[in-house]
Amino acid sequence: MSAIIHGAGAATALSTFNSKKLVARSRTNLPGRSKRCIVAAGSDDGSKSFGSSSLSLRHSHKLIANNAVATKADTSATTGHELLLFEALQEGLEEEMDRDPHVCVMGEDVGHYGGSYKVTKGLADKFGDLRVLDTPICENAFTGMGIGAAMTDLRPVIEGMNMGFLLLAFNQISNNCGMLHYTSGGQFTIPVVIRGPGGVGRQLGAEHSQRLESYFQSIPGIQMVACSTPYNAKGLMKAAIRSENPVILFEHVLLYNLKEKIPDEEYICNLEEAEMVRPGEHITILTYSRMRYHVMQAAKTLVNKGYDPEVIDIRSLKPFDLYTIGNSVKKTHRVLIVEECMRTGGIGASLTAAINENFHDYLDAPVMCLSSQDVPTPYAGTLEEWTVVQPAQIVTAVEQLCQ
Amino acid sequence: MAQHLKSSKSTFLNVLRHSLAFGSPSHASPHLRHNLPHGGPPSIKKVSPNPLTRLCNTMVDTLSSSHEDTNSQVMDFPGGKVSFTPEIRFISESNEERVPCYRVLDDNGQQLPNSQFVPVSKEIAVKMYSDMVTLQMMDNIFYEAQRQGRLSFYATAYGEEAINIASAAALSPDDVIFPQYREPGVLLWRGFTLQEFANQCFGNKSDYGKGRQMPVHYGSNKLNYFTVSATIATQLPNAVGAAYSLKMDGKDACAVTFFGDGGSSEGDFHAAMNFAAVMEAPVLFICRNNGWAISTPTSDQFRSDGVVVKGRAYGIRSIRVDGNDALAMYSAVHEAREMAIREHRPILIEALTYRVGHHSTSDDSTRYRSADEIEWWNKARNPLSRFRTWVESNGWWSDEAESDLRSRIKKEMLEAIRVAEKTEKPNLNHMFSDVYDVPPLNLREQELLVRQAIKSHPQDYPSDVPL
Repeated sequence: MSAIIHGAGAATALSTFNSKKLVARSRTNLPGRSKRCIVAAGSDDGSKSFGSSSLSLRHSHKLIANNAVATKADTSATTGHELLLFEALQEGLEEEMDRDPHVCVMGEDVGHYGGSYKVTKGLADKFGDLRVLDTPICENAFTGMGIGAAMTDLRPVIEGMNMGFLLLAFNQISNNCGMLHYTSGGQFTIPVVIRGPGGVGRQLGAEHSQRLESYFQSIPGIQMVACSTPYNAKGLMKAAIRSENPVILFEHVLLYNLKEKIPDEEYICNLEEAEMVRPGEHITILTYSRMRYHVMQAAKTLVNKGYDPEVIDIRSLKPFDLYTIGNSVKKTHRVLIVEECMRTGGIGASLTAAINENFHDYLDAPVMCLSSQDVPTPYAGTLEEWTVVQPAQIVTAVEQLCQ
Repeated sequence: MAQHLKSSKSTFLNVLRHSLAFGSPSHASPHLRHNLPHGGPPSIKKVSPNPLTRLCNTMVDTLSSSHEDTNSQVMDFPGGKVSFTPEIRFISESNEERVPCYRVLDDNGQQLPNSQFVPVSKEIAVKMYSDMVTLQMMDNIFYEAQRQGRLSFYATAYGEEAINIASAAALSPDDVIFPQYREPGVLLWRGFTLQEFANQCFGNKSDYGKGRQMPVHYGSNKLNYFTVSATIATQLPNAVGAAYSLKMDGKDACAVTFFGDGGSSEGDFHAAMNFAAVMEAPVLFICRNNGWAISTPTSDQFRSDGVVVKGRAYGIRSIRVDGNDALAMYSAVHEAREMAIREHRPILIEALTYRVGHHSTSDDSTRYRSADEIEWWNKARNPLSRFRTWVESNGWWSDEAESDLRSRIKKEMLEAIRVAEKTEKPNLNHMFSDVYDVPPLNLREQELLVRQAIKSHPQDYPSDVPL
């Protein structure tokens, strides 16, 4: 029973997404999510999880059927088209701008220059200068402007040239974007999308290698998602634009040129959902954005060594998809978090706390978290490599946890 | 570079001066040492051993060879032609004369001769004056209520009634307002009732803000008045965004935002002004220069001639108005609105006024300013008395009307407070709603935890907040 959520049904499907269905989840029961019609793609999904774990054997059917959309579309069913991640973002943005004339883009160099990472390429020519707006250099101003425009029925997509620059917009994001829906008693909504590249790149220097998700995660009222593949980049971009809440979409500087075949038909990814990258039995590895690829590389080595890691790209940084994560922890009893944030106060720190609080009884070992050190990212290439968690370290950590 | 400039007569200086020009692309022609101008500096002909000088010479050749008259050298720079001057002269930090202030009524409320203003009908004038009185009385009574412990907090708009009401009167209901926090009069003009004000101040379940904000942080979707955000000047970029949205929709409306003299120091003010100019957004920036930012006088806030001169720095048309003159405010805002919408441009209005009251109920301004100063402004420049004189001179108002109005408002206010005080507070679930469109799992869990805590310790929970 599978139909990916795309096609003409996408619009109606979305309304069931945002409904109580998500809210009704709880740790103790696994409600059927059949209405959402998700497919688990790939050939190895079904076989791995059946049979081996006694604890949750009964639930494993539902687990597989109900888990998040996997990375690849079933290539035999549809033709699909291949593109790079930044093109996927652009495609998603363009589709939404076609669909709804209220969607507009604002940021530095997004217009005729096409954006520093070419995500908005061609949009100014197609939609005009009013809808793809080049702004002077003041992040606080154009973020504030986006918020004001959102309160008067536009749906701006605000681009920070680099996520680190959005630190200048923190005041607007925290005090206005996150709060005004609440303090106005629900009278004003702020359906903005704030997006941009972040993370450690290739020798971009400390100021351009920030992980803003650490700083923003506390702000009440906003949602945060991180894309990692062309498929989820497009899906999350579309979902973020359609959401009534302010959403911060974290892209990664080094992932823009990833290539993947994505479906031709329209689809959306769920903002609050994690993605099952590789089902497994022995250990749950939680990661997001670029670290997903380091984890998958480590997974190859681990498989050769006889381990069976379950890799989940958490995707939704705020709120965490504790449903998917919880099911995984209940199955494997061991958790390794691999993140690019710094040790102190990062996403990993919050996730560790959340898992310990909610799933303590299911853990056979302490939650381990691999993060970057609490240092500004050095410029020197060799040092920069050492601030980021590498596959070898992930392999060692898994071996340690699985002893 | 500075040392060279000091030796003003040196030929190197002349050469260097020319080379400081960036050279427009049209003059970057390959012909180098041809066509030396007649009136050019004679020293150019020497080929200098210094490569920098040689480069400067080359640039001079290219530049001057394209102009017939070398004495009035002009450069094409983005934004227009810039002419050169051989005199070293700094633009003064201030004009000799301060920017004059537009007013229609004198201190006694008499219309000035030759005054230009937009005529106001009897209905509008009477409503304006009545609303100014209402605003003042509302402030009085709420302030007293706070002093009596019935309200937690309040901020008055004493002295700024004309700015509040007259600007609102000159706008249309479709114009979107982004207030700071001292402009409840705009809401009042648009029809917010005393009861609605009271509901917000008491944070009861009829408050449109659902009891989430401090008093005076009003907001009304239906009256196009955006909820007050306590942070200073953050509403300015928001207003530019809204103006942009209105422009995109081609609406006959503009965005209007208010802020104080203190707010003009915030980065958001400068950013928003610049943005509004570049985006050609129809937004009115109305600065209530009331002399004080809590305890900071304007002399400690900026060193420019007030706020009006800053408009020019951003390419924005500006005007300075007597903020305590209702007719002048009305006219200025009326004209500004027309220009903003018709020409798609921002306008800056600096309204000079005085903050007669304390900053808020948490402030005692006599600690940093003299009571005499407050008294003087309250008496000599009082916006209500000045406008009343003018309205009465037209035969549109009387003592009787005044006392009728005042007694009616007082009764209404006391009733509004009585009702608001008695009305239930919003339900506990509103602590968690509207954070997102739909409460996510973590918030629902947190609400359960709070409810559990209340169940175990009911004596610690306020009795007037329904569960």
